[in-house]
Amino acid sequence: MTYILAFLIGGLICGLGQLILDNTTFTPGHMLVLFTVLGAVLGGIGLYEPLIKLAGAGALIPVSGFGSSLVRGVMVESQKLGWVGLLTGVFEFTGLGLAAAVFFGTIIALIFTPRS
Amino acid sequence: MPLDEAELGRRQARYQEIVKQNKPRPPILRNFLLAFVVGGAICVIGQAVLEFFTARGLTVDEAAGPTLAVMIFLGALATGLGIYDDLGELSGAGAAVPITGFSNTIVAAAMDFKREGYVLGMGSKMFIIAGPVLVFGIVSAVLIGIIRMLAT
Repeated sequence: MTYILAFLIGGLICGLGQLILDNTTFTPGHMLVLFTVLGAVLGGIGLYEPLIKLAGAGALIPVSGFGSSLVRGVMVESQKLGWVGLLTGVFEFTGLGLAAAVFFGTIIALIFTPRS
Repeated sequence: MPLDEAELGRRQARYQEIVKQNKPRPPILRNFLLAFVVGGAICVIGQAVLEFFTARGLTVDEAAGPTLAVMIFLGALATGLGIYDDLGELSGAGAAVPITGFSNTIVAAAMDFKREGYVLGMGSKMFIIAGPVLVFGIVSAVLIGIIRMLAT
């Protein structure tokens, strides 16, 4: 059941992104920024967590899930550490992914060359 | 035979009509469905990875990080092999919006700019698209955190 919801919700978020690309002057870069910030705002008002509970990876994997993870870290850490947590919190749940992207990205870029 | 103003106007209007009918429109429904199916499929793979970790005793919150790391690795590998570019060509946002697409922008930029040098090319241009996502994501997350602290 979660697989179906992951497919539907994840697919809908991506489809929405495509509608934005086709109907506005947004570049993919603008659209990704918009989705990240939207995910952060929805996370901040407590609406993104239920979506992850419902659809699992369908809400976690889109870049809006990244935005909500940034905010979740900030809220968890600032509760523990106060004001310092506002800044340390952004990497609480996203640090692993960022380090992975930089590390794997560098290794892959060293091994492979673009086709064209 | 010289044409009068009215006839000329009518012809021009008709011409514009024909241009409008024949101008290629982006196939919006087709693009939406492709993005939906490909994006959904990537999330299903993500769900399988997530359940691999939760089956080993992690909660969903704890499994989220490792799941993203695995998906980022898969996106990086598919970019290196040239598969992800084809997927992006086919499905647009379907490949761009999932975290694998975030990874793709980093790896593709790193590969492209490698020839400008490892430090000033690969190292500095790697975040050319992913950078704005981080900047605006982090700034809004901190602002939201400040608002939450002031409100409670």
